[in-house]
Amino acid sequence: HSTSEIIILKAAEFKKTKIDYTGTEPSSPCNKCLNVSWDSTPPCTCTINFTLEHAFESNVFMYYGLSNFYQNHRRYVKSRDDSQLNGDNSSLLNPSKECEPYRTNEDKPIAPCGAIANSMFNDTLELYRIDNDTRTPITLIKKGIAWWTDKNVKFRNPTGDGNNLTALFQGTTKPVNWPKPVYMLDSEPDNNGFINEDFIVWMRTAALPTFRKLYRLIERKNNFQPTLQAGKYSLDIAYNYPVHSFDGRKRMILSTISWMGGKNPFLGIAYITVGSICFFLGVVLLFIHHKYGNRNTSADIPN
Amino acid sequence: MAEQDPAPGCPRGKQKQPAFTWEVRANDRSYHRQVRKKFAFCLSKRKYSGNAIRTAKYNLLTFLPLNLYEQFHRMANVYFVFVILLQTFPEISTLPWYTLLFPLSCLLIIRGLRDLVDDIGRHRSDRSINSRPCEILAGSRFCWRQWRDICVGDIVRLRKDSVVPADLLLLCSSEPSSLCYVETADIDGETNLKFRQALLVTHQELQSEESMAAFDGRVRCEEPNSRLHTFTGTLRWRGRTHALDGDRILLRGCRVRNTALCHGLVLYAGFDSKIMRNSGKIKRKKTKLDQLMDRLVIVIFLLLLATSLGLAVASGFWARTFQEKHSYLAALYQHTSPAHQAFLNFWGFTILLSIIIPMSMYITFEFIYLVNSCFINWDLEMYYGAKDIPAEARSTSLSDQLGQIQYIFSDKTGTLTQNIMSFKKCCVNGTIYGSGTGHENKQPQGSGLSGERPGEQKSGVCDVTLLEAAQRDNDPVLREFLRLLALCHTVMVEDRGDQLVYQAASPDEEALVLAARSLGYVFLGRTQDSITIRELGKTRTYELLAMLDFNSDRKRMSVLALCGGDAADAVRGQPGGERGRVPRLGPEAPRGRGAAGGARPGAGQALRGDGAEPAAARGHSHRGQAARRGPRDHPAAETGQHQSVGADRRQTRLLTDDMEILEEKEVSEILQAYWESNNNLSGHGDAPCSLSQQHPETPCHKRAIIISGDFLDRILHTGEVLKEKKGWPWQWLCCGRAEASQDQGALVEKAFVDLATSCQAVICCRVTPKQKALMVQLVKKHKKAVTLAIGDGANDVNMIKTADIGVGISGLEGLQAVQCSDYALAQFSFLQRLLLVHGRWNYLRICKFLRCFFYKTFAGLLAQVWFAFHSGFTAQPLYEGWFLALYNIFYTAYPVLSVGLFEQQDVSDKKSLEFPELYVVGQQDELFNYRVFGVTLLHGVGTSLISFYITLWAFEDHVGTKVVGDYESFSVTVALSALLSVLVEIVLDTQYWTVLSFLMVTASLLLFCLFSFLTQTVDAYRIAPAIFRFPDASWNALTDPYVLLVVLLSLVVNTLPSLTLHTVRATLGRASTQQRIQLRARRAPEPPVELRSHVPRGSFRRSSYAFSHQQGYGGLITRGDSLRVRDSLCVRDSEDSGRVRDSLRVRDSRDSGRVRDSGNGLRAGDSLHVRDSL
Repeated sequence: HSTSEIIILKAAEFKKTKIDYTGTEPSSPCNKCLNVSWDSTPPCTCTINFTLEHAFESNVFMYYGLSNFYQNHRRYVKSRDDSQLNGDNSSLLNPSKECEPYRTNEDKPIAPCGAIANSMFNDTLELYRIDNDTRTPITLIKKGIAWWTDKNVKFRNPTGDGNNLTALFQGTTKPVNWPKPVYMLDSEPDNNGFINEDFIVWMRTAALPTFRKLYRLIERKNNFQPTLQAGKYSLDIAYNYPVHSFDGRKRMILSTISWMGGKNPFLGIAYITVGSICFFLGVVLLFIHHKYGNRNTSADIPN
Repeated sequence: MAEQDPAPGCPRGKQKQPAFTWEVRANDRSYHRQVRKKFAFCLSKRKYSGNAIRTAKYNLLTFLPLNLYEQFHRMANVYFVFVILLQTFPEISTLPWYTLLFPLSCLLIIRGLRDLVDDIGRHRSDRSINSRPCEILAGSRFCWRQWRDICVGDIVRLRKDSVVPADLLLLCSSEPSSLCYVETADIDGETNLKFRQALLVTHQELQSEESMAAFDGRVRCEEPNSRLHTFTGTLRWRGRTHALDGDRILLRGCRVRNTALCHGLVLYAGFDSKIMRNSGKIKRKKTKLDQLMDRLVIVIFLLLLATSLGLAVASGFWARTFQEKHSYLAALYQHTSPAHQAFLNFWGFTILLSIIIPMSMYITFEFIYLVNSCFINWDLEMYYGAKDIPAEARSTSLSDQLGQIQYIFSDKTGTLTQNIMSFKKCCVNGTIYGSGTGHENKQPQGSGLSGERPGEQKSGVCDVTLLEAAQRDNDPVLREFLRLLALCHTVMVEDRGDQLVYQAASPDEEALVLAARSLGYVFLGRTQDSITIRELGKTRTYELLAMLDFNSDRKRMSVLALCGGDAADAVRGQPGGERGRVPRLGPEAPRGRGAAGGARPGAGQALRGDGAEPAAARGHSHRGQAARRGPRDHPAAETGQHQSVGADRRQTRLLTDDMEILEEKEVSEILQAYWESNNNLSGHGDAPCSLSQQHPETPCHKRAIIISGDFLDRILHTGEVLKEKKGWPWQWLCCGRAEASQDQGALVEKAFVDLATSCQAVICCRVTPKQKALMVQLVKKHKKAVTLAIGDGANDVNMIKTADIGVGISGLEGLQAVQCSDYALAQFSFLQRLLLVHGRWNYLRICKFLRCFFYKTFAGLLAQVWFAFHSGFTAQPLYEGWFLALYNIFYTAYPVLSVGLFEQQDVSDKKSLEFPELYVVGQQDELFNYRVFGVTLLHGVGTSLISFYITLWAFEDHVGTKVVGDYESFSVTVALSALLSVLVEIVLDTQYWTVLSFLMVTASLLLFCLFSFLTQTVDAYRIAPAIFRFPDASWNALTDPYVLLVVLLSLVVNTLPSLTLHTVRATLGRASTQQRIQLRARRAPEPPVELRSHVPRGSFRRSSYAFSHQQGYGGLITRGDSLRVRDSLCVRDSEDSGRVRDSLRVRDSRDSGRVRDSGNGLRAGDSLHVRDSL
């Protein structure tokens, strides 16, 4: 009982905002971008305004969510080369056969190869606070969103002379759907190439067709101000990622997080239900035991 | 040439005998080496094998291929290899290659190691056997060699107590008339001595080593075969041909006894020897649960296929969607059609779900069986301290069936009764000595007889007065009687230091000789033609003139002896002893034979009119006393052995000795136990059958029927005839009558079985071993029941082999029954404990084990099916490869194993014995059947659904810092939920906790942690990223409190229903057992069969005699050689020859017209002969 109450109380503290920006409704600002292709240049952009009713006090996590996207498709899951992603030079130039048909393009090995990498989420989301018609960009931190293990163990850039990624990725080509090669994902060297955290997060495949992935962090600046004040905000989207063909949805989620995760009604409700059942059963069993138990214990077969 | 004339000495001719193609030339090794025979296509091998045997299956090179070949006879293994091969196709390899290969190779290795250990044991025993020492004639001298050096045609010397190394033709022996005594305990379990005799010609000629070295006889005989008791062949030597038969052959494995030296020519060596040819494969009995399991595996397999098929069809539809709509996947679907995808996915799912097939079940099962058998072996309650015999589970794969026995078939003699003979009573000259005469309570005083050596006086005398009378030595009749006891038998004596050990052919003989000894007439020894006894301290040697062994026609034994040197004494000193074996057929059975008056020479036809001194002997069967006193008490108690030995000389009235049930008390106790256990078993409506060879009296027990062998024969015969007819289908196809009669026969059988099973007990008397087996078969066939047969003798072997479980009583009648049995007990009364305690527990354990095993398989692994619904039916595995690989053998095997090993005692052993109602569950298959399997399946499905969907819902809408619905965390969470749920369920289900069970559960968890850690370390990933795909997955997931909460939730939800059920059952469920027991208490207890003994227990000797179904060997002692014509006698007694013929006539008439005189038992002039027949 107490557990479930705590969960409920905790859950009540959480703040969560969900914005669907797929644009299937004609009224949606992103409706124009609905039939965008992977590499349309210039990117289709749209802006969605929304209002936060309550301030987000602690650190805010920004997620993107996709639905009806089968990242757990068996052949999709397999379609990667862990050795290549781990910085193995020979795999870089000769990716595993698992990556087919995204293994080579025009006789050049694709880096990173495979269907997962190829279908990497490439919308760009930017958040602005609208305060009296002034758009104040909110700082979105893009590092620290991947697992330590992934960032430091699973994913490593190829090694070689110098740190020039362009040189290291020499002889490879970009995935078909990508607008730019992997060594140009970011400007910072420790977030570029295979260790780009957006890329790493994408490569950690989801278990279910509806999933979320951590996109950015918004840190609380100081103790006097909430991370996100209540008020108007706008979300600027560089809409590159087509989901309309398979009835997918795209969302942006802002949430605060405690020790046990973000706002989630399921667990709380489940615990309350189970707790009540336990209590009820306990009472019933006690009753049964009281009524029938005594009769038998005395005459029971003694061991 | 002898070669061209194959069987001149064979009287039976060629049409009956196969050509004697086996030729052995003595002392000609080179000949035997060169002869080769074809054995396959164009290969040939040596015809005569060496004496080295190799029972080991493998050697260094062949172990791997042969053992693997053998293991892949198991369908499950083949299936898994098939699946592993399937996995090599990348399109359908849904599981990593090691997931199935690892557990499979573990199992193969474990089993291989076990085979290896077994085989090493066989190698060792082979080596020790092959290197046993023996003496072979090499050149002209005998040298010590090893068994493996023996070749066909060699001449071997054997000494006393040595084991015969190969099948030998006995050439000569140190004993007179070239006799050689052998004990065949290792071959047929019979411990009595048997005689073999060499040809006269070889015996006489081959007395020196030189002559043996020069021996160049040629033996032509049959090819090696497995017929132990027959042999035909000829020896051609010096131009003459001699016929050979089985009596000339020493079989490998026999032990030479009482013979200082003998020589033999090797005929068959090594694998050609009859005993080796005889060691066939033992047919493995399968228990009911075993069969059910096999069927369930097939059911699971079919379920798997059906599921795969359904999922594959769905995947076909999804493939179209993926292809058309999901742009990120479209490239994967180039150049394929949905049907193609469905086909591939079908195999993908088959591979994915194949882990549900219980691969490790069989080996776990075997292990549990093994340990349970050990529990039986270790049970001190079933240990017979007096003889140092523990119970022994010889077959380790039947222990659960012990809890399901519905019918018990028991041999009587030696099993129910103990077949212990002791001297109880005799009537000499009208005086009855022994128990029942009022003297028996007196303690014999001064029983130390003069001349008795210390240690000999151990057979108690039943009556002090008899002892006193014997010592007074003033009654000539009594003296004759006792002398007769000491003379007339075929007992062999062995002088072991200060003790004479008697080797008797039958226990009654031994009892009589012992009785004589304790009365002062000590049998000291015999040679071929003399018997030495010590009569009240005076040693006398009697010349043995003739010995007429016991046979079933004469039913008595006679001896013609002459007191050494003293001619006058010779006439009187030839007591013809006769003992009668009278079949006891029931109260109204013929009992007795009219006493033939006059000095009828009773020594029979074997005298051949050689003018031996007529010895008047008369047998008379008598049941009088026992029959009169015994029957009203309780007939069943009377089934012990009655014996009487009578001897008659000079038409006086004679010596009567009535041996009563030796250990009557013992018998009744045992019977009591038997009835008790039978009552226990029958308390719930099952009729135990007692099959017994002779159990003629009707027990005063209601609802029991008795069937004689003849009647049985009629019933069974109809069945057999019909069986034959079945072989000719056209006969009953075209002929309706045959069909009708077949139906009729089946009906007769069925009616009989129905009748028999509606009785509490069925007693079959005078049935042959085959009928015993048929009886078991009948019940098995018509009742579909689980049967148990228990017996101790060679005549029970058929029955023991036919029944679902055969139990042998060890240490009583040789080893044959035990060797064929599945369980060996020292005493019949242990059967109760074996069934009610061990059987029940084992059944409980195995059933619980099966339930837990299936449950854990389904609960853990079915989540993969549910996952398919959320992954577009692409056969994506839910769990990580290593988890799947280790789940069955490391994570969950141990708790389940501990359930199978230690789970038992819902009630203690004492209560199990006290409340045999508890046994019913096994008989009615209550604990594991299709219904239970179905429930288990549903339970497993439920658990997997809960673990899966709780995790799914919890993850679907979840945001967090680390675990944001990624595949690895999801997989770890479901796996942990399922694993913990399974463990908790097993923990809840375990009622009996031992330290080991606790350790097993802990070990599972620890192993899970350990292996999760090992397979998910960063280092492992660095070494082989393709194999260790989940670096730090568990760590990342399980350090997230949210995941732990999810795991806890699914654990609680999973446990809640079964916990409730357990509680309710604990509160209410016991009532049912309770009610049963109360019900039983309320029911008027059936009066137990009362078995009382009217003879107090005396000291007794147990004879370890195996009833030989052959004629006694007394004839062999004396045949031809012993019964030599004595010139002096011949002359002197010529006038008596007429009387001999007279006596024969009289005897014949007496035998043919068996006097059915059921009247007075003891009449003047009658001598009493009662002996239980076989």
